[in-house]
Amino acid sequence: MSAHEQELHLGHQFEDLKQQIESYTIGMWIFLVTEVMFFGGLFTAYIIYRAKFPEGWVHGHHHLDWRLGGLNTLILLTSSLTMALAVRAAMLNKWKPQVLFLVCTVLLAFGFMIVKYFEYSKKFREHIVPGPLFAHKDDPGQELFMGLYFALTGLHGFHVLIGILVISAITIRTINMRRMRQDFIPVELVGLYWHFVDIVWIFLYPLLYLISK
Amino acid sequence: MSIAQKPNYLDSELGIKSWLTTLDHKRIGIMYLLVICVFFIVGGSMAALIRAELLTPKGDLLTSDAYNKAFTIHGVTLVFWVLIPAVPAVLGNFCLPLMIGARDVAFPRLNLLSWYVFTIGGVFGIMAVIFGGIDTGWTFYTPYSTSFSHTSVVLAVTAVFITGFSSIMTGLNFIVTIHKMRAPGMTWFRLPLFVWANYATSLIMVLATPVIAITVFLVGLEKVAHIGIFDPALGGDPILFQHMFWFYSHPAVYIMILPPMGVISEIVACFCRKRIFGYEFVAYSSLAIAIIGFIVWAHHLFTSGLSTYSAMVFSFLTFLVAIPSAVKVFNWTATFYKGEIHFESPMYFAIGFIGLFLIGGLTGLFLASLGTDIHFQDTYFVVAHFHYVMVGSAIMGFLGGLHFWWPKITGKLYAEGLARWAAVIIFLGFNFTFFPQFILGYLGMPRRYHSYSDEFQVLHVCSSLGATVLGFGYILTFCYLLYSVKFGAKAPKNPWGAKGFEWVTDSPPPTDNFDFKPVMREEAYAYKPDYEAPEVVHERA
Repeated sequence: MSAHEQELHLGHQFEDLKQQIESYTIGMWIFLVTEVMFFGGLFTAYIIYRAKFPEGWVHGHHHLDWRLGGLNTLILLTSSLTMALAVRAAMLNKWKPQVLFLVCTVLLAFGFMIVKYFEYSKKFREHIVPGPLFAHKDDPGQELFMGLYFALTGLHGFHVLIGILVISAITIRTINMRRMRQDFIPVELVGLYWHFVDIVWIFLYPLLYLISK
Repeated sequence: MSIAQKPNYLDSELGIKSWLTTLDHKRIGIMYLLVICVFFIVGGSMAALIRAELLTPKGDLLTSDAYNKAFTIHGVTLVFWVLIPAVPAVLGNFCLPLMIGARDVAFPRLNLLSWYVFTIGGVFGIMAVIFGGIDTGWTFYTPYSTSFSHTSVVLAVTAVFITGFSSIMTGLNFIVTIHKMRAPGMTWFRLPLFVWANYATSLIMVLATPVIAITVFLVGLEKVAHIGIFDPALGGDPILFQHMFWFYSHPAVYIMILPPMGVISEIVACFCRKRIFGYEFVAYSSLAIAIIGFIVWAHHLFTSGLSTYSAMVFSFLTFLVAIPSAVKVFNWTATFYKGEIHFESPMYFAIGFIGLFLIGGLTGLFLASLGTDIHFQDTYFVVAHFHYVMVGSAIMGFLGGLHFWWPKITGKLYAEGLARWAAVIIFLGFNFTFFPQFILGYLGMPRRYHSYSDEFQVLHVCSSLGATVLGFGYILTFCYLLYSVKFGAKAPKNPWGAKGFEWVTDSPPPTDNFDFKPVMREEAYAYKPDYEAPEVVHERA
């Protein structure tokens, strides 16, 4: 995309901007549906094994610190707010607040990953990572719980990393194109993705951290 | 070429780089065709090995380990790199934008990316074959794949994982394209039925493929990171794998068969010179198959300890699929009635498809019934049934479509007489190969065995001879089609006298598909406008 073009970019396959915007928006929503199905497989496994090992689940969740999880929930929710504010700034065509809010979102995402790093490393130290060295070999429910914990939060963390990359890219694009009329659709679509990542965590937090007897 | 012509999509840019960086849906379709041909040869030669081994009751040509690898490679390559992408990614990519009057798909870059992802997945697949092969069967059943197999399971599931994303990208692209890129006047009920079929298929690709992705991902995790979701020793349940695997892989059968059904609708309408009988029913039946296809997966688990009541429900739901499938077959047949029938090569393939699908579909009912399924489970009856649908019908439909649109794709005419012969040879060869397998299965020959009792030999020899005929038919088709690219006569715009946007533009089409702005002014398949144009019921303006 040349930096000098003044008009909004219209793909050669489209007739007009409306068609382009609607296509991209539908495309993003369909992508999110595929993501729901992707995580859905793991949530199915979670439901089945929780019913099979209710004890293991209760014991397993004691390895997780609800305070750290809660902190991360707070961080992600705030980052969703800054993302929404960035989209609003983009709609109003104000590039400075847009960049500011996007940078906030990226920083918060990094904050989430840092907290996650401390949580993960604690589990490696305490040998509650599935495998031959697992500390509670006598309780398969616990090991399965920890396995699902790593699979779910790992996959979610991977999505956070992708989010960091995409939001950074869109930030740079915003700065590069600050002198021209801007298309807010890319920011809005990235925002949709980011809210999805947030929503997954909203399910993960109570399902993994807040189990009561 | 001596006469100066206006450039088309094939010669507007030349050189390998222009192909590898193209965003043109037509070129991407052809690139898919090339990769699929490579895998067709790999999977086909494995089939030849299998049939050669089964000529004699003793396992003398291959060791049992080698035989396990042969049928696994046969299944994996042909399912994931041939049958699933064949019609949507080749013919769908090429024709769909043309048929709805668009310049390209909605996301051309994503389309190209899907080809790269597909090819990279394929490279992983080939690597799995080279580095030790894989012997789990194409179903990767746990705990065999996770705990016991010492072959390249991780590479193979990585390949399937990667390739799945190309399917998702194509499906997503098609859905958006069909929703948003239709030409003026191209309403939903004026869409060619091939587009409807691809729409239904895309829904399956988008909704089901992520589930196989996560499933094989978990298999990989279990092998690499000891997260034992499917491992009984770690508290997991191998049956969960079967549920998750078939949640994708049963709908995947409809990914393979729905688009060829769409092709058949096009061919039958064209060569009967008649609007397809009950257009709306055929269109809705595609959606119905896609939807019902999602709620039948557990019929693969009837003998895996499924409870009696769930088995009854799944058996009933499986029977339901027969309804929309039968709607299609009846409506194609009814289209022949009082049609102006032209017997040209695509029509041969279409009629062959209907015959094979009829047998494949009806034998499915035997397997949907709980009582008979217990007898037929894991026998050659199952093998014959799904080959009739996934191979016989799907490849017949694919070849029919390839013959139908070949003049449009290449701008060349192939040897019509040879093509008719090829259709007949493939039809006969196929039946000769797989019909004996129904009997074998009925008599109790289990699948995936490389040695068997002497009494089965006659039927196995029949099957192997039939496979030779079938292979000859495929090779013949390959030869004259390839020959036509270089030496074929130049194709006119509309060699078949067919209706549809793709037949109004040049053969081969220009890069932007149309030199004019296409507008749909009539119903689909308006072959007999004077006395058969349907009343306008859909324009509630």
